[in-house]
Amino acid sequence: MKKQELFNNETKAIPYQRQPEQLGLYESANEHDACGVGMVINIHGEKSHNLVDSALKVLENMRHRGAEGADNKTGDGAGILLQIPHEFILLQGIPVPEKGYYGTGLLFLPKESKDQSVILSIIIEEFEKAGLNVMHLRNVPTCPEILGEQALASEPDIKQIFITGFAAVETADGQLYLVRKKIENRVRKSEIVSKDDFYIVSLSTKNIIYKGMLSSMQLRSYYPDLTNNYFTSGIALVHSRFSTNTFPTWGLAQPFRLLAHNGEINTIRGNRGWMEARESVLSTPTLGDINDIRPIIQPKMSDSASLDNVLEFLIMSGMSLPHAMAMLVPESFNEKNPISEDLKAFYEYHSILMEPWDGPAALLFSDGRYAGGMLDRNGLRPARYTITKNDMMVVASEVGVMNFEPSEIKSKGRLQPGKILLIDTKEGKIYTDEELKKQLADERPYRSWLAANRIELNELKSGRKITRKVENYDRMLRTFGFTRESITRIIAPMCTNSIEPTGSMGNDRPLAVLNDKPQLLFNYFRQQFAQVTNPPIDPIREELVMSLSEYIGAVGMNILTPDETHCKMVRLNNPILSNTQLDLLCNIRYKGFNTEKLPMVFEIAKGKVGLQQVLTDLCKRAEESVKEGVNYIVLSDRFVDETHAAIPSLLAVSAVHHYLISVGKRVQTALIVESGEVQQTMHAALLLGFGASALNPYMAFAILDKLVEDKEIQLDYSTAEKNFIKAICKGLLKIMSKMGISTIRSYRGAKIFEAVGLSEELSNTYFGGLSSHIGGIRLEEIARDAIAFHDAGFKPVKFDPILPMTGILSYRKDGEKHAWNPETISTLQLATRLGSYKKFKEFTAMVDNGEKPIFLRDFFEFKRKPISIDKVEPIESIMPHFVTSAMSYGALSQEAHETLAIAMNAIHSRSNTGEGGEDNERYKKQPDGTSLRSATKQIASGRFGVTTEYLVNADEIQIKIAQGAKPGEGGQLPGYKVDEVIAKTRHSIPGISLISPPPHHDIYSIEDLAQLIFDLKNVNPKAMISVKLVAETGVGTIAAGVAKAKADLITISGAEGGTGAAPQSSINYAGISPELGLSETQQTLVLNGLRGQVKLQVDGQLKTGRDIVTMAMLGSEEFGFGTAVLIVMGCVMMRKCHQNTCAMGITTQNPELRKRFLGRAEYVINYFKYLAQEVREYLAEMGFEKFDDIIGRTDLIIQKPNYGDEKTSLIDFDKLLARVDNGAAIHHITNQIHNVEHVKDRDIIKAAKESIETAKEISLEYTIANTDRAVGAMLSGAIAEKYGEVGLPENTINVKFKGSAGQSFGAFLMPGVSFKLEGEANDYLGKGLSGGRIAVLPPKRCDFEAEQNTIAGNTLLYGATTGEVYINGRVGERFGVRNSGAIAVIEGAGDHCCEYMTGGRVVVLGDTGRNFAAGMSGGVAYVWNKKGNFDYFCNMDMVELSLIEDASYQKELHELIRQHYLYTGSKLARTMLDNWNHYIEEFIQIVPIEYKKVLQEEQMKKLQQKIADMQRDY
Amino acid sequence: MGNPTAFLTIPRKEAGYRPVIERITDFSQVEQTLNSHDRREQASRCMDCSVPFCHWACPLGNKQPEWQDALYKGKWRLAYTLLSETCDFPEFTGRICPALCEKSCVLNHSCNDPVTVRENEAAIVETAFNEGYIVAQKIKRNGKKVAVIGSGPAGLVAANRLNHMGYNVSLFDGHTMPGGLLRYGIPNFKLDKMVIDRRMKILEAEGIKFEMNKEIDFSKLPAGYDAYCICTGAPQARDLSIPGRELKGVYFALELLSQQNELLEGKSFSKEELINAKGKKVLVIGGGDTGSDCIGTCIRQGAKEVTQIEIMPKPPIGNNPATPWPMWPQTLKTTSSHEEGCKRYWSLTSNHFIGKDGKVTGVEIEEVEWIPAEDGGRPSMKLTGKKDIIAADMVLLAMGFLKPQQPKMAGNVFFAGDAASGASLVVRAMASGREVATKIDTFLK
Repeated sequence: MKKQELFNNETKAIPYQRQPEQLGLYESANEHDACGVGMVINIHGEKSHNLVDSALKVLENMRHRGAEGADNKTGDGAGILLQIPHEFILLQGIPVPEKGYYGTGLLFLPKESKDQSVILSIIIEEFEKAGLNVMHLRNVPTCPEILGEQALASEPDIKQIFITGFAAVETADGQLYLVRKKIENRVRKSEIVSKDDFYIVSLSTKNIIYKGMLSSMQLRSYYPDLTNNYFTSGIALVHSRFSTNTFPTWGLAQPFRLLAHNGEINTIRGNRGWMEARESVLSTPTLGDINDIRPIIQPKMSDSASLDNVLEFLIMSGMSLPHAMAMLVPESFNEKNPISEDLKAFYEYHSILMEPWDGPAALLFSDGRYAGGMLDRNGLRPARYTITKNDMMVVASEVGVMNFEPSEIKSKGRLQPGKILLIDTKEGKIYTDEELKKQLADERPYRSWLAANRIELNELKSGRKITRKVENYDRMLRTFGFTRESITRIIAPMCTNSIEPTGSMGNDRPLAVLNDKPQLLFNYFRQQFAQVTNPPIDPIREELVMSLSEYIGAVGMNILTPDETHCKMVRLNNPILSNTQLDLLCNIRYKGFNTEKLPMVFEIAKGKVGLQQVLTDLCKRAEESVKEGVNYIVLSDRFVDETHAAIPSLLAVSAVHHYLISVGKRVQTALIVESGEVQQTMHAALLLGFGASALNPYMAFAILDKLVEDKEIQLDYSTAEKNFIKAICKGLLKIMSKMGISTIRSYRGAKIFEAVGLSEELSNTYFGGLSSHIGGIRLEEIARDAIAFHDAGFKPVKFDPILPMTGILSYRKDGEKHAWNPETISTLQLATRLGSYKKFKEFTAMVDNGEKPIFLRDFFEFKRKPISIDKVEPIESIMPHFVTSAMSYGALSQEAHETLAIAMNAIHSRSNTGEGGEDNERYKKQPDGTSLRSATKQIASGRFGVTTEYLVNADEIQIKIAQGAKPGEGGQLPGYKVDEVIAKTRHSIPGISLISPPPHHDIYSIEDLAQLIFDLKNVNPKAMISVKLVAETGVGTIAAGVAKAKADLITISGAEGGTGAAPQSSINYAGISPELGLSETQQTLVLNGLRGQVKLQVDGQLKTGRDIVTMAMLGSEEFGFGTAVLIVMGCVMMRKCHQNTCAMGITTQNPELRKRFLGRAEYVINYFKYLAQEVREYLAEMGFEKFDDIIGRTDLIIQKPNYGDEKTSLIDFDKLLARVDNGAAIHHITNQIHNVEHVKDRDIIKAAKESIETAKEISLEYTIANTDRAVGAMLSGAIAEKYGEVGLPENTINVKFKGSAGQSFGAFLMPGVSFKLEGEANDYLGKGLSGGRIAVLPPKRCDFEAEQNTIAGNTLLYGATTGEVYINGRVGERFGVRNSGAIAVIEGAGDHCCEYMTGGRVVVLGDTGRNFAAGMSGGVAYVWNKKGNFDYFCNMDMVELSLIEDASYQKELHELIRQHYLYTGSKLARTMLDNWNHYIEEFIQIVPIEYKKVLQEEQMKKLQQKIADMQRDY
Repeated sequence: MGNPTAFLTIPRKEAGYRPVIERITDFSQVEQTLNSHDRREQASRCMDCSVPFCHWACPLGNKQPEWQDALYKGKWRLAYTLLSETCDFPEFTGRICPALCEKSCVLNHSCNDPVTVRENEAAIVETAFNEGYIVAQKIKRNGKKVAVIGSGPAGLVAANRLNHMGYNVSLFDGHTMPGGLLRYGIPNFKLDKMVIDRRMKILEAEGIKFEMNKEIDFSKLPAGYDAYCICTGAPQARDLSIPGRELKGVYFALELLSQQNELLEGKSFSKEELINAKGKKVLVIGGGDTGSDCIGTCIRQGAKEVTQIEIMPKPPIGNNPATPWPMWPQTLKTTSSHEEGCKRYWSLTSNHFIGKDGKVTGVEIEEVEWIPAEDGGRPSMKLTGKKDIIAADMVLLAMGFLKPQQPKMAGNVFFAGDAASGASLVVRAMASGREVATKIDTFLK
């Protein structure tokens, strides 16, 4: 081991701090982790030290999956789970009884001796109470010398405890569990100062765990026990941790007591909440009354630890390991999944008891006898296994972590989505998923239980006529806050198009808490979304994992005891109830269902006090109802009248939900909301997210009825209603999938929201302590607004015949404030066009000195200590701090896009390509010396136009994780917008739709991001790598992870930012203000000493010098401008970008409109000059000469005296402005260490120097290991830099590798480079392939059937543009995602093969997984349909299947298979070629419908041309 | 918005004016109308900008995108309801407003082809009258009384709004008929007086008391009202005090215009009183709208020749970089009257009138030069010495109006319109009338 790798410490370490729970905006609850996992098993349970040693090696070979802290030495955590080494223990002289008759485990104890002895006495006391003995305490030898500073500072005292005295072996572990829980609870509730250092690592008669705040490389040396030859085990499970956590702790290292987890539990908030709510019904005969051991989930632990807690509880309650896993992490069982009906019934039955704990998760688990692994339903984490002929099995996140002789290998495979693999080491048997699940499904008659008890609401009829009309319609509209805009722009389009309307440009209105008009309570909330640490899902293309089905009713007692009465539930297909359905639900009495309707109204005359009283009564009443056995409670605001106003439905639901949890009554009933307030998706999502099971938006239905009646929409009512519900459902799926959550059951009650502008008291009392960082409204304000809405309906000053138009989406003089209004727009345009700084100052005065605040920064001023402006650095050195935000060519017209590039290059800053690629003509200098090259190249999830050439032409490569206006969502450029030029820059075909998936398919986790950064740094070592995040609570910890993943620059994008097109609800309700996000990021990075090694950039409606100075003081060194520069170029905020009808020629591809473009680079340059000048003026006023000196100086900010109204005076900026003062850097001072100095490519480049220079052919050979990552990338970068996209002539550089290639093998490989890998490959092979060739084949001496074995990982060929890949074996999930031109032949694939493909050819000589060709819009795929069931696995939404009849296609396929044979020597290919006429008939051709049309059009064009030529010839 | 791409496929189409040869023989309205299909197509050109500059530029804050969408969809009643929310009398503004909205229309910016907003407005209100959407409303009275003095656009709007709020409104005016300058200033060929009468009937039916022929002395306001609203306009025309001003044949523009309108109403004047351009060479001093109205009127009266001079320089044609979009463009404006035949000169100042037998025969004019001010303020004028004489036997002074002085009044007396802020557009007066109504309402509550 090179010393450098272990201790590559350059930044100065900061003094260790104990993990703060909360400081400023930082909250420890927001942390995430992800990692590498591995397991080594002897299938027969034969114990050996060799196995322990191998497992440690596996761990060490995954070191790149872990992370280190700011001292570059402290690991985030590593550990190993082993069987108890009985012989080793005896050799230590500890007289333990027979195997199985004693329990042991490590304890982490405080070093402080007094605390330690108090804890030890608690331990002894509790064991004695249970009739057990603490037989021995062993001091575990450790080697603290190797620890990093942070780890050392928190190192506990480690002791091994031995417990004896069990009556029977069978019940021993149960006893240990109960006592352990009691000890944990006692210590937690005690007053012991250092109690947080106490942690019971494990306590079992079978397993033992060694772990700590270590790096993978340190585990072995830290615990000398592990290297003792007598330390033996038949099972070893290892884990290395990468945490976004800024303060990793010893206890949070993995494995936990039963499992190790790679990934993240997206649904954790809901899961934790519901587990708590469910505790009252979880007692079982095995454990007895569980009151003593509550809470089941140990507080303040990670998501993985919580899952482990629940798993352990279920096992201890008597459930089998596979049963518990299948219940906790069920596979998807909707109609798109090929599993048996019995198994579906098993899942359905259990879904009533438990919502899914959804990943991304690769879970390895063992109870000492059984050991196994599984993936969650999405299969987003890799887990590969190898079984040897001598019955060893290795499962790990990567292959190549352990070396085997090729001839020893029996088979290679991978865990599949939702599937379990289990080994019984006692029986020496491997159980496949099919066997296990069949056993589980057959255990009880789940199908008949469900059939007899569960009611399908859809199948009920009542014959009663239910009106859709609402009395006092006009009054009620106003009472519930409907406006002309909400009806005509939101509700009407929803029911005509069954989809939420789209909007463009950002949200420039004041936050709800800054708004002086009455607000619906919904407006204070913002959606949260996944970024980096877990991927969002594409709910359209990956519908197979999504579900909106709900069960409502009361969950019975003792749910862990299987019983058919647990199925007495009503099943809903979705949570939106029509009036008729609600009526049905309230009247199903025949099966003993009871309902109670509780009014959600309060007496106006009593105001806030009345509201408070009603809420209390409502909660009490709900509790009573539960006691009376009511199955569901309907909260209804139908009771509004002259004297009673509606309680905001969200407040009522949340209050009741949380109250029922607190009294242990929540799961015994369901909450249904009948509310007129619900207008759109966000409202529905909020109600569900805060605990409602279903809702009935009756006002919306009444409006639909009216629209139909007035013929405003040309539909009948039932279609309109169906469409409206469908639109809401689609929206709900989108909102859930943003967080990576697949089922509404995991989403319900999970509060995946945050509040901006709610007082802490309100949040704690009614919203379960939802985070709200700046304080804000109280119950008083809610009551006041509720009354104001009521008055608008019942006591109008003047009753207008039509509803008010409040100017939310469009500016109106008498409506909502907009930051971009005619004055600001025109003044800025005039200033920059006329070149008048005076006019510019008019503009900034208008923006900065508004009468009312719009943004949080409007409250900030700064301390003054003026100096002469001449001392301040010149504008030339300030301007490079300004960049333009990512706006793609495709969203922008060519004219606009190039204007920005010219301007930014002129001021030596950077424009950003956006996600659409860039025409390589623009890399050349213009004759007039200007440059059209965008210095920042963006790489987004669609990877459009991302070629090696593109990447090497960058000064900065920006990885767009999320976009301010629509974080967590994908995008789509419809085919009709893809013209010749756009298609060229995006490397696609004109006329074919281009879909950007919501996640990057090579970033499902933080260590994946580290990998992508590493890949890009290899391709272009000179470029800065940046990562764009969107502000939300928790973004700080994510940024810390990103900094650890070695990003050079992090962009925090404010939610207000612009967009070309996004759903209205995302523009207005997702993400938070940049001030909050930036500040949290700054605080968190400083807190853990990472700030000095990254730069921060911020964007989101920035306009003036004051904005820049304010943001700088909050911690940013760079500033992105999107909307403002568009306005400078002539944008008048028509917000029509998504319609391609921009009248100013900016966001359109229409040639007629592009002619109308009036922008010029000079205007943009003027803007930035003026901004820089204004910044200088501020610096002079503040007394600073250098801009860098104010970065992070929140102490310079003073709060403007308030705006004089009560509401804004409730805001509290203390947390936002808190400055972390720990001596660590507060701005960028040093560069990241990227570790690309010693990669394999350096050797290859050296060896192939001549070939690169002169294109001389060369052949090379290397061995390769999984730690050799991104091999080929740097070589390709060097070639692209020299030759552009053409690269080298074919077969110039031929490299043969032997071994297991690390991730991203052959990434971005250029033409002329040919890689042949004998062995196996990990994930991301051929990522961004740009013309090279890759062949993978099993080692020569391997004798397994190549086509039966998985030899390459997940997400291969992602975003490839050209090139070839041949793999003589099966591959993992998501092969060829977003392939736009490469060709590939493989011998079997996992799920989602060819997803979003837009070009190229993929041949699969074997089975495919589910969802083949989802979102595939171009290219052709061929699949060998051996079993004749391919159509079941194909997603037919966008493609057509056919036999290959056309001779040219037959020829093409033959040629591809021939090539495959040529490069890999595939036996299967050979067989096929030998008997071609037989096999060709078994192939299916998959062609996208759009592509077919394009092909036909091309053919038609050719024919027409021929005819024309012919006619001309006559 | 119904048709997002209409602005690309449908060109602007103005209804246009009746042919010159025909229209100069009568005083009927010169502007024509489009059929309703074409009209709706024109409305579809509106792009429904999210930041509607038309709406912003309109002193009344008309919500053009909304009613043009309704118009496009053929929902005439809705269109009128939306329009009348902000504009009390679209039939006036739809005819005579210079349409600031069209100048600030984004289509004017991007392709000099704005939406025909004004004509669309007129079409909506005409249909509303024809279809009987505009009928007198029953109004619940609040028992308070307000006197509105002056029945021009400001006074009418103030009265109408207050009346709808429930006040008993009496509208006083010194003229015999209500309307102020609408009736006595704007020629019938631009605004037919039937249009005013039609509206007055509605107002009367809704309960406004018209007290005509009552000159009100500000020092003795009629007793018995809770508040007073003074909307007496800016009656004092700017005079030209140069030698020869006393000569016969030199008139203020309004003398001609109001007399012509009264003649058309059927009033008769003695020969001495009568101002008639028939067979005369007419010189109009002042290049604004009033001057233009004089031209049209004189041509219809049968003038031999009409000349218009303006002291300011000739504005640029098309675009003026000094007044970029969305500002009101200071560019050359050619009205229907100009088209009917007249000579126009700029940068000319008048030195003195020339007369014979006490009658004017011409004016000595001198070319001036305008020196731009260094600080961007008003340019200064310099005489060049280049003099000439324009022969004229009738001279009309159309050089604007003086800003009226507001006497100190009691707290319940409010001013609005030109009387408050000096002469301006009808649409501004109407906006002011609306504003004052709200003020009075707040005051009286």
